[in-house]
Amino acid sequence: MGTNWAWFHRFGSPPHVYRLAGLLTPWFAWPAALSILAALYGGLVLAPPDYQQGEGFRIIYVHAPSAWLSVMIYAVMATAAGVGLIWRMKVAHAAAASCAGIGAWFTVVSLVTGMLWGKPMWGTYWVWDPRLTAQLVLLFLYLGYIGLRSGIDDLGRADRASAVLALVGVVNIPIIRYSVEWWNSIHQAPSVMKMAKPSMPMEMLVPLLLMFLGFTLYFAAVMLVRLRAEILRRERSASWIREALR
Amino acid sequence: MSEFFAMDGYAAFLWPSYLITFVAIVANIVIALKAHASARAAALRRLEGDPAGTQT
Repeated sequence: MGTNWAWFHRFGSPPHVYRLAGLLTPWFAWPAALSILAALYGGLVLAPPDYQQGEGFRIIYVHAPSAWLSVMIYAVMATAAGVGLIWRMKVAHAAAASCAGIGAWFTVVSLVTGMLWGKPMWGTYWVWDPRLTAQLVLLFLYLGYIGLRSGIDDLGRADRASAVLALVGVVNIPIIRYSVEWWNSIHQAPSVMKMAKPSMPMEMLVPLLLMFLGFTLYFAAVMLVRLRAEILRRERSASWIREALR
Repeated sequence: MSEFFAMDGYAAFLWPSYLITFVAIVANIVIALKAHASARAAALRRLEGDPAGTQT
């Protein structure tokens, strides 16, 4: 123990996190923009049409990264909420709260792009399929988390109650991930996120991986800006704000 | 070029997918920047001793 935990305590310090988040944001934002632009060109122009789905498969370049974000953000949010709950770390609660809105947005994007992909390929916008239903539950978890927070005036209570909800909702994450294997799902099995070799030629795969990278970096940048806002809102009278804002 | 936008008949599904993703990306940037700007403005008002700054 001893000094090894110094880094952990620094992450509990609002001034430190506020300053660090500000320094890191551009280092996530610019690589994110470059990755997404390169992936767009690779996915829409360079990648060959799919032998079954023709040009329609290109929806994957927005659908799969959005779905990845929706689940990854939830995992980050629940982890931050758990840290906040266990170590009573306010910054961790602020981080969890910063995740929810972004996660909800990209859950909607994954659902809508999935519907737009499902119509030409499956013949329907929506089926009550395990994967689709679990993803819809994810949206309700995000909305429940946001609603619960806004419904409680006392910030400390809002933090704790919403953290418990976030942690309970973690059950849904493996259900989303393994739904296509546990049940007879209409949704295709993973073609990238699996242990064996991806079932995709390189010209298709590289833009997709770039898009995953770009979306992940984008989330980090946007989340850090929201975290700074959240920290400022929480620090009512701290003297460090005077220094940070001047 | 028009062949590219036609996407072999998938245009009606493909371009709306890209559009909503683009909207989400831009919207989240705007939301985050506005949240930070307003939290910053409120914090500065609090520092000036303006009681309005306590209402965020």
